[in-house]
This record gives sequence, structure tokens and C-alpha cells, in this order.
Amino acid sequence: MRELVELIAKSLVDQPELVEVTQVEGEKSVIIELKVAPDDMGKVIGKQGKIAKSIRALAKAAAAKEGKRVSVEIIK
Amino acid sequence: MESVEKRGKSVDEAIKAALEELGAEFEDVTIEILEEPTKGLLGVLGKKSALVRVTLRDKPEAKVVEILEKILQCMKIDYRIQAAEFSEGVVRVNIVGNDMGLLIGRKGETLNSLQFLMGLIVNRGREDKIRVMLDVEDYRLKREQGLRELALRLSEKVKRTNRSVVMRPMTPQERRIVHTVLQNDPAIVTYSQGEEPNRKVVISLKR
Repeated sequence: MRELVELIAKSLVDQPELVEVTQVEGEKSVIIELKVAPDDMGKVIGKQGKIAKSIRALAKAAAAKEGKRVSVEIIK
Repeated sequence: MESVEKRGKSVDEAIKAALEELGAEFEDVTIEILEEPTKGLLGVLGKKSALVRVTLRDKPEAKVVEILEKILQCMKIDYRIQAAEFSEGVVRVNIVGNDMGLLIGRKGETLNSLQFLMGLIVNRGREDKIRVMLDVEDYRLKREQGLRELALRLSEKVKRTNRSVVMRPMTPQERRIVHTVLQNDPAIVTYSQGEEPNRKVVISLKR
């Protein structure tokens, strides 16, 4: 899942080298934290959070495959 | 765009040499003949070889498939790309496999998200924007055909009854299909009303 979020984020931003993704694994849930360059925030959030919503939808599907819940947080 | 110029005794030979250098097939390139060969006098004087420029064609469908495969592999989805084609500014990809229910998601949420992200990624740094349409086991294609038929039936009804018809709320992609299929009907106008996500197409008579 970390790889998935990282792959998508790196494909969207202008500074892929500044993309950092960490994954905190729980028993049934996973928390993924996505950090990008300040100028790239818009590229992973989008108008009305549309891009962030889409990234979450894909992470959710990937997590469902492993029987887990996932939350993707975009942090500053 | 990658291109090479090559000379040869004939146009065919020049093209062949260029294709070899590019490692490309005939259907993947566009060819310009810059100089026709001339035989010259007695085969000696003024003899000129052919010069061609061979350019690799832009293949956005290849890029779409490349990114799509990476994402699907990351998601550990069992999939196979059945078809990917590019025409009139739209890349259409049809995916089949065992995890298609998961890939479509509730109300198509996952598939629509993937399609939206693919569009963003592929259009990064592109001048002429292209649309990406992802389909799963021709699900959208079938729905699209159904929608076209419905639009035509409703337009007939509008003409018959002289009354406008308001369709159910639809996504921009679906509304676009209705507008497109009826835009050449001189007796009919279509427009959308309401706000997302309750925007609806209205079919009415042209006055």
C-alpha cells in the first residue's frame, strides 16, 4: 500500500524526490502518511480534495484485498 | 518526438533503414519523403538517392498502459489488459481479470478514481490534452450503447409530444454522451441543469 501511494504521488508532483510516504501498521488498520513539497500540496489534494479522495479510494481497494482498513493522511 | 533522416537508393530502402535504426514497425511511424531519387543521365550524371524522414508516432495508449500496469500491480489486482487504443483524443483501455468487482468498487468509485488519476498523470506536461477511459469487461461500453439508444428514443418522444424531457442525474461523461448523440439532430437541443452531483440533461425541441 505504501508503494501504491508513493507511486501515484510521485507521478503527480513536480518534485518526486521530495515525496515521503510512511506506513504504520496496526492489526486491522493501516495508516499511511504522505508528505510532499509545499508547492506540490495542490497536486495531491486537488480541487475540493478530488485527487486526495481518488488516492484514498485506490488505497482502500488495495487494503480490502488484504482485509484491512486504511487511512491516508496528507501531512505538512 | 524521436525522428531520423535516412538516404537510400529507393524510397523503400531509405524507409527500411530508418525503421531499423528506430527499432520500430511501419505502423508506428509517420513518413515524409524529403527527396525523391532520380536516375540521372545514363545512370551516372545527376544521380540522386532518396531521402526520407521517419518519425515515431505519439502513442499515448502505450504510456497509459505502462502506468496503469504499475498501479494495478501495486494494488495486487489480478488483471489483464485486453485492449488499449487511441483515437480522436481518447485512450480507451479494457481490463479483464478475477478482481474486477474490487477494481470497479462501490458505484464504480474505484474505477472512476483510477481513471481520473490516470488522466492527470498522462496529461502532465502535454500540450494537447487526452482523455483516458478505463473500462472493465466492456461494462462502460455496454452502458454507453444503452444510453445512446435511450437518448434517441427520448428525442423521438420529445418530437412526438412537443414536451421537454428531463433525464435522471448523470455524471459528466454520461451527459456528454447524450449531448453528442443528439447534437446533429436539427429539431432538438440539449442542455444540462442543476448542480453536481444532481446535474441532469434536458432534451427539448429547438425553437
